Amino acid sequence: MNNGKQSRFLFTMTCFGLAFLYVPMILLIFYSFNKSRIVPVWGGFSTKWYGVLFESKAVGEAIVLSLKVATVNATFAMILGTLAGLALVRFGRFKGRTLFTGMISAPLVMPEVITGLSLLLLFITLNEFIGWPSSRGFTTITIAHITFSMAYVAVIIQSRLTGMAQDLEEAAQDLGAKPFRVLVDITLPLLAPGMLAGWLLAFTLSLDDLIIASFVSGPGAVTLPMLIYSRIRLGLRPDINALATIIILVVAIGVLVAAWIMFRQQKQRELELKMSEET
Amino acid sequence: MGYLFQRNWRSIVLFVPFFWLLLFFLAPFFIVLKISLAESVIASPPFTPMIEWVDEGIMHIRVVVDNFAYLWEDDLYAKVYLNSIKISSISTILCLLLGYPMAYAIVRSSHTTKHILLMLVILPFWTSFLLRVYAWMGLLADQGTINNLLIAIGIIDEPLRMLYTPFAVYIGIVYTYVPFMILPLYANMEKLDWTLLEAAADLGAKPMTTFFTVTLPMTLPGIVAGSLLVFIPATGEFVIPDLLGGGNVLMIGRILYNEFNANIDWPVASAVAIALLLLLVLPMMLYQHIQAKQTEAE
Repeated sequence: MNNGKQSRFLFTMTCFGLAFLYVPMILLIFYSFNKSRIVPVWGGFSTKWYGVLFESKAVGEAIVLSLKVATVNATFAMILGTLAGLALVRFGRFKGRTLFTGMISAPLVMPEVITGLSLLLLFITLNEFIGWPSSRGFTTITIAHITFSMAYVAVIIQSRLTGMAQDLEEAAQDLGAKPFRVLVDITLPLLAPGMLAGWLLAFTLSLDDLIIASFVSGPGAVTLPMLIYSRIRLGLRPDINALATIIILVVAIGVLVAAWIMFRQQKQRELELKMSEET
Repeated sequence: MGYLFQRNWRSIVLFVPFFWLLLFFLAPFFIVLKISLAESVIASPPFTPMIEWVDEGIMHIRVVVDNFAYLWEDDLYAKVYLNSIKISSISTILCLLLGYPMAYAIVRSSHTTKHILLMLVILPFWTSFLLRVYAWMGLLADQGTINNLLIAIGIIDEPLRMLYTPFAVYIGIVYTYVPFMILPLYANMEKLDWTLLEAAADLGAKPMTTFFTVTLPMTLPGIVAGSLLVFIPATGEFVIPDLLGGGNVLMIGRILYNEFNANIDWPVASAVAIALLLLLVLPMMLYQHIQAKQTEAE
């Protein structure tokens, strides 16, 4: 295998891999504009399935519930995850550290069926003994989501804290700032980009979860993935293609805008660095 | 109050997430363990209590291992268990075969291309997992895109049965989890000393020899991390076998879900959960160990 052959092989595999990732999604979007009720049989161009989608009250309610859960979850997960990350990186040894490390990283790899089942059984047991939660829905789904989302936020915060130079914090301390002031005035502002990234990740994880929400939800509380799942279980549906198209486009635009902003910021920094070197 | 807070803020920072995890992560496991050792009864809740007060002050602890014995004796569960391991192992290998060259290509490409390729790999992760599985239902169905295309070209006359077969489950798992293979491999390859490859070539090693004696050993930590990140969630997968495998592909996550929701047998469902956890506890600990070592190295 010479070098040309090797790079041709790599090129082919990458193209194949990317096609494998993207062709199904492109076809999904394509068939959302299909007039025919049978999804993969083309019957002419039409946007009628978008109309069907917007008229559905159940879809609207599911979207509202999912966005509510995702927002509250992301906010709490950001706070708890940041606290956990701070404790793990900056507190050195403390009692129960091993247990804490285990508990914060286990949700990352725990099968969702187990997390979902165990949380549901907890809510039922709690209800039996203290009468709370009396019904399952928004609150129980949000608590379940916070529990696994905060682990992801903690990982982001941990990696940012370990990569962050401590000189600003040390300087503030040398100038007489109390540890708590250092945390609020120096560390947290420096962590802000990581916290924002954590918030966005927690928001997305929550919007994407089907299994845990299905376990801990009660009658009447249907999130968007639960609604989609109950419809596609029985086969292909053109209105779900329309819904998928909207979701994919919103996400793609969001990620592209975020990437563009980051790219510009980096360019700006590089430019400033160059200018400061020249003077 | 202000003074107290100034002194104790460290404990508060630690206490809040610690307490949350104790209540909502650790405690639930003990409840699952407890219920897995109970008997199923038709009542609410549908299982027997572990501790009963028989007479005044006499405590009666009832622990039954029947549920685990049942799992052990029933052929169905053994088959499902082995089938889950088989499907997730084969899927992990397929992810590696596809992901390794891709990660390699990304690392070796120029600065801008590298960023674009990485973003293309990560982007599907941000879109709905459920809808990506749904996309394959449209491709693999009897009247789906692939069958329609093959019939139109004239390669086949009858539609191939692909949806609701193990084949569809493999496709679904590889499709959803290949980014989890690529990213750890990329992170690992990014830090490698590539001059070693040139050195090997200069010393006359053939490309194949270089690959097996230099590249592969150096990227082993990435391979292990990526494989675990695919194997662990794939073993407990519910959505993919349910939507793409139909009734033909039984996996442990699906059995657990059905046992709980359709059969309402909580003790058996809990026993299945404990059994799944026992299967995954070694890979999970191995992954944590690797992660901890990596953080230390940094």
